[in-house]
Amino acid sequence: MFSEFLIGVGILVLLGLFFAVVIAVAYKKLRVYEDPRIDQVEEMLPHANCGACGQPGCRAFAEKVVGNELSPSKCTVSSPEGVKRIAEYLGVDAGSEEKRIARVLCAGGKSEAHNLADYKGTMRTCRGESVVNGGPKACSWGCLGLGDCEVACDFDALHMNEDGLPVVIPDLCVACGDCVEACPKGLFELMPVSQKLIVQCKSQLEGDLALSKCSVACTACGRCVADGAPGLIEIKNNLAVVNYELNNLAIADATRRCPTDAIIWLEGAQFKPPQISPLPLGKVERYPIEEDLENRYWQ
Amino acid sequence: MSTSLIGSLQTFPHGVHPEEYKELSCNRRIERMPFVELYTLPLSQHIGAPSKVVVKEGQKVRRGEMIAEPGGFVSVGLHSPVDGVVHAIDLFDHPNGQVLPAIQIRTDRFSTQQLQLKPVPPEEMTTAGFIKAVQWSGMVGMGGAAFPAHVKFSIPEGKTCKHLMLNGCECEPFLTCDHRVMVEYAEELIDGTRILARFVKPEKVYIAIEANKPDAITLIREKAAEMDFAIEVVPLEVKYPQGAEKMMISAILGEEVPSGKLPLDVGVLVSNVGTAVAMSQYFRQGLPLIERVITVSGTALKRPSNMLVPIGTPMRDVVDYCGGITVPSPRILLGGPMMGMVQKNLDVPVVKGTSGILALTDHEVRDLDTYSCIRCGRCLDACPLFLNPALLGMLSRKGLWEEMEENHIMDCFECASCSFVCPSGIPLVQSFRVGKAMIRERKAK
Repeated sequence: MFSEFLIGVGILVLLGLFFAVVIAVAYKKLRVYEDPRIDQVEEMLPHANCGACGQPGCRAFAEKVVGNELSPSKCTVSSPEGVKRIAEYLGVDAGSEEKRIARVLCAGGKSEAHNLADYKGTMRTCRGESVVNGGPKACSWGCLGLGDCEVACDFDALHMNEDGLPVVIPDLCVACGDCVEACPKGLFELMPVSQKLIVQCKSQLEGDLALSKCSVACTACGRCVADGAPGLIEIKNNLAVVNYELNNLAIADATRRCPTDAIIWLEGAQFKPPQISPLPLGKVERYPIEEDLENRYWQ
Repeated sequence: MSTSLIGSLQTFPHGVHPEEYKELSCNRRIERMPFVELYTLPLSQHIGAPSKVVVKEGQKVRRGEMIAEPGGFVSVGLHSPVDGVVHAIDLFDHPNGQVLPAIQIRTDRFSTQQLQLKPVPPEEMTTAGFIKAVQWSGMVGMGGAAFPAHVKFSIPEGKTCKHLMLNGCECEPFLTCDHRVMVEYAEELIDGTRILARFVKPEKVYIAIEANKPDAITLIREKAAEMDFAIEVVPLEVKYPQGAEKMMISAILGEEVPSGKLPLDVGVLVSNVGTAVAMSQYFRQGLPLIERVITVSGTALKRPSNMLVPIGTPMRDVVDYCGGITVPSPRILLGGPMMGMVQKNLDVPVVKGTSGILALTDHEVRDLDTYSCIRCGRCLDACPLFLNPALLGMLSRKGLWEEMEENHIMDCFECASCSFVCPSGIPLVQSFRVGKAMIRERKAK
């Protein structure tokens, strides 16, 4: 009786030893060396996995940084101290990256650009509206104001204001590009903060026709072209386009004679921030419109 | 080939039975729309590359004169619908909701609008010459998608057209334009088919008509016998979407067109009846595609009618001519109620692909609240392509675009049968369009 028990134990011990040897050999033979610094650097990164650096996640970015292919400052989510810590740990130059933020190229909110029809559908997202005859707005380029970008923003940096326009909070925006992808009208652009002269319009219509659809449309009148430095601004497709290669020549005076405020000089955030205080961090929800709360299933 | 339980008519599996409302306009003769002051002709009225402008602002044009030539192989010409002057070449509102380049023509008030065109006899043409003539005549499929007709007719090497099918199903509710065309232009229809058959050389010619148009079925049988042209009239069961080409092929031949393939891959060429009539008019009279028959209907409209409208006429003028709208805020649709495009703007022109203008009241439009999917499976029984709309809708809501593509969303032709039967009012087709737009956007990157 007792010997049978011993046989069982013995077999298990032998099997265990056999597999231990197999594993030990396999560990020696098949081992792939991985730089232990990658784990350390990943630990120091913010774990947002946002993709702002252009890499498919923080781990991939850490590998590139350790391999000296990217500089630590490419991570726009890390604080400057965080970037410095990574640079000191690796003994490399932190590099300098100008802060970029998302800018909205449309200023036509509810009170500026009118609707031609009522959208009665239950799919109350910008994407949903945009496939129904391009959305109810008269201007076919303009912001639909239902806040797909607000939902897409992982950093709570974007809120819809009462006028139905997205307000980007410059301090929180890390230029990850989620809003760029979310917007069906392609109204977002990631711009360095030093680019302060911005045309907030995409309408390719001219003059009164553009104005008939939106009160803040660029009418292609060309006043800003005359007031800006030579070659700084030009009219392309009935739209003022700023040549940012000459950005150091840009002055606020170029916007002074604009009849519609389509071109503006920006210091800080665009548009009026929402009156209702932003929701607590980490809990991004829709701007509370009553109908929206009823039709929750489709959000 | 599956047959229904009630009769012995051929049809396809699945599909839905929406209320028809065809009685509003099916007995009204086709009327000619009077000429209006301004015509807007978008350069991209068809699928493919936009046409290239060949006129200048201020230039005088004759009715039927070419004002834009094809901008590539998958592109067609564009002709002036009136005698007049080129008023502007600029951006104008397009029925698809965008603002696109178009030519605007101001009508010459003193012109008699007489056509001075020469017929283009097809007898001595080669196939290549025929394809080119069709392309330059501006011909597109008149069913609604506006796919350039000559691309369909040019049969690539190694493929043969065994069956030529004319599509007179008109399964969309409200629309009666194809019905009236078959009744009033039966001779031209058969003549156009004969011209087409001369070049694509099919073994057999069919014309599919839904059984709710018995007058068209008898008339075409009579005329075909009279004109000595072998054409088989196939009455099909009244079911939506019987007029979709893949469904029609499955109803007539019992053969399925594989996913991602064209009807020509199973040896079938499908053409709308309106296209056949337009072909006859071009080759016999020299009339390019400058006007088309549309149905103007709907319960919110005073006088539902079938109208022969010059391409480029503003929708507002057409609606006003038909007595105007009787309710304060109707839902305006271009095309049928199932697949048509909702319009926010009445100032857009009638284009080559427009088959109807509908003004619907709240009575016909179901504005349901949306509830959760209850897994009843009605959409699976409705989908003519055997897709899983419930699953695709959920994937779209979650933003799982790649999974949508794996589940064959790109095969969906947005017939809206699933949305029609959904008891929870889920906007399935709208979510599919979002998914398709996202997939296309990602592919373009």
